[in-house]
Amino acid sequence: MNTEIVGIIAMFLLTLALAIPLGKYISKVYGLEKTWLDFIFNPVEKVLFKLSGVNPEQEMNWKQHMKALLTINVVWFFIGMIIMMTMGSLPMNPDGNPSMSADLAFNTVISFVVNCNLQHYSGETGLSYLGQFYLMFLQFVSAATGMAAAVVVFRAFRDKTTTELGNFYTYFMKSCTRILFPISLVVAILLAFQGTPMTFEGKDTITTLQGSSQDVSRGPAAAFVAIKHVGTNGGGFFGTNSAHPFENPTYFSNMVEMIAQMLIPFAMIFAFGYFIKRKKFSWMIFGVMTVGFLALTIPNVIAEMQGNPMIQKMGIDTSLGAMEGKESRIGAAATGYWSIATTVISTGSVNSMHDSTMPLSGMNELLAMMINSFYGGVGVGILNFFIFIILAVFISGLMVGRTPEFFGKKVEAREMKIAMIIALIHPFLILVGTAITTAMPQYGTATLNNPGFHGLSEMLYEFTSASANNGSGFEGLGDNTFWWNVSTGIVLLLARFLPIIGPVAIAGLLAQKKYIPENDGTLKTDTATFGVVTLTVILIIAALAFFPVLALGPIAEYFTIY
Amino acid sequence: MKNNLIIGIRMTVVLLVLFMVIYPLSVWTVAQLAPNNGEGEVVVYKQNKGYSNIGQNFTADKYFWGRPSAVDYNAAGSGASNKGASNEEYLAVVQGRIDTFLLKNPTVKKLDVPIDLVTASASGLDPNISVASTKVQITRVQKTRKISSEKLNSLIDANTEHPFLGIFGPTKVNVLKLNIALDQLN
Repeated sequence: MNTEIVGIIAMFLLTLALAIPLGKYISKVYGLEKTWLDFIFNPVEKVLFKLSGVNPEQEMNWKQHMKALLTINVVWFFIGMIIMMTMGSLPMNPDGNPSMSADLAFNTVISFVVNCNLQHYSGETGLSYLGQFYLMFLQFVSAATGMAAAVVVFRAFRDKTTTELGNFYTYFMKSCTRILFPISLVVAILLAFQGTPMTFEGKDTITTLQGSSQDVSRGPAAAFVAIKHVGTNGGGFFGTNSAHPFENPTYFSNMVEMIAQMLIPFAMIFAFGYFIKRKKFSWMIFGVMTVGFLALTIPNVIAEMQGNPMIQKMGIDTSLGAMEGKESRIGAAATGYWSIATTVISTGSVNSMHDSTMPLSGMNELLAMMINSFYGGVGVGILNFFIFIILAVFISGLMVGRTPEFFGKKVEAREMKIAMIIALIHPFLILVGTAITTAMPQYGTATLNNPGFHGLSEMLYEFTSASANNGSGFEGLGDNTFWWNVSTGIVLLLARFLPIIGPVAIAGLLAQKKYIPENDGTLKTDTATFGVVTLTVILIIAALAFFPVLALGPIAEYFTIY
Repeated sequence: MKNNLIIGIRMTVVLLVLFMVIYPLSVWTVAQLAPNNGEGEVVVYKQNKGYSNIGQNFTADKYFWGRPSAVDYNAAGSGASNKGASNEEYLAVVQGRIDTFLLKNPTVKKLDVPIDLVTASASGLDPNISVASTKVQITRVQKTRKISSEKLNSLIDANTEHPFLGIFGPTKVNVLKLNIALDQLN
């Protein structure tokens, strides 16, 4: 069989094989059970908690959780603004790169605080190593924030009736120390040995074999690239992200990065099941997500391997596939696979230029972010999916004529209102943002890199990526302008924190309610039937909200070239 | 709220030390054992060095050429064309590259021109091309250098990088390494 196809099948299966034991481990970490790494982490965490002034055993209700979460995020934002706007004159700047303008700093810091990493700058010229390091810090803590929020939801369904949902700082710290730090360390070391630089030296100037001069940017990239994937952040060290031969030097490094970014999203699904002792429920979620993922991935792999029909017409050998914006060491198949993996989960790192993928591949990348809950980002993916579960429970409940229940808790008007708002805010931000920008050609059309239908897709992609907290882009867009920096910055904020607060609020409200034991009439949520209902709900919402704009963008482009 | 703010600041300082100092220094320490002490793998030629993972621009007839680059192989500012598949201006550029290639390689049939030689890579620094892309350049290099095509074929075979573990991913050739070997042949 084709070695490129074998490569992507291996990546998927290896991720799954690692994710199940990791899920078990994660469940133990959050359940405060014994794990084999306790002998290191217990004493270390004791010191870290003491220095932070935290009592890790203090229980919080859902509102206290959210206050703690939002406050610490505000702290990160202000420190970030200061560093980004002054780093030009701070140490660790061997290449003499400048500080950022206020609007670019606003966009960059928000984007990294919210785990999105939309990058309106290029790493080689836009950041000092200090700036890179602060963004690396944000990649850790933003991922841990999402995970801690997910654990609050996990906790809400473990006990029968409770308002006590654990301690935010404990979940947050343990996500950092016991999950993100060790996995990133392993990945960083693997990458360093594959050839990703890990040096504090600046640019090197060499003479090429043909005799001209070439500047080569380097830097402490291996540490950065590791957490960029492990935390589903996606912000690249260099401008072209994981397409850059230093960030992703070999096919093996490509497999490592691919597995690293899908690992925790997979594992969190299994951790949920272990944590609430309903393993079958995890498999229902995983099944639905995988069906969705494959439905988007397979067409992309095929389309990218087949190549651009307009170039085929020129009569050359196109057997390698659509190679514009792709790298030879990775190939079309692994690129097609990555293009969906990085968009279904909220990584947004790229190993090819999505702007140059085939029209329907671009549509699938957009759909992956529009749905934003097939696996999803670390922690937040499962929160997004939780909203769709609540909607599916409600609809199923109406169909059988009973009050909807989820794990023995009645789902009532208040929870449904929150769920509906959260489900609709995502299409609202994307469509309204794109519409406003389209209406102002001096801010929108003027920044495009491609004419016609594809140009609309570029603007649509930028808002979709911002609202999904994804961070990839149709990078031809000239997005370092005041309008793009500020508009997407606001979308990023709303699209990050509302979808965290909403599910946590629903879970917190449900946790307080009286527990109704299951009986024959109870809707079973861990069955394939319920999985089908959930998938249908997801597809209906996505199709109704997004089909019109997709028809104007990628679908229209498809018909111009096929 | 005030309490949260104080904890937030203290915890941030603690984690800044963990993630901006301890973590990168741990990786850096281990990376000292990696190829070229983690400063990027290098290859040496004519008293100079180049980075084996960073592609170089080859335009002379005596060298094998690599992928077109949207940034002219500027390794201090990687970048791609970001052109969409339907963009007519872009398609004209590709057509132009095909014509130029055929002009410089008159013995090659159009149907044999591989797509990676006429489309720009994602980073603008792609160090590799496909094996087919080296083969279509043999006649030109052979004429310029006056060496037998058998020698060139075996040189390509020696520089072919096979799929990872023999089963994962594409087969390719590192253009810089191939050209260094080519220079050493003469």
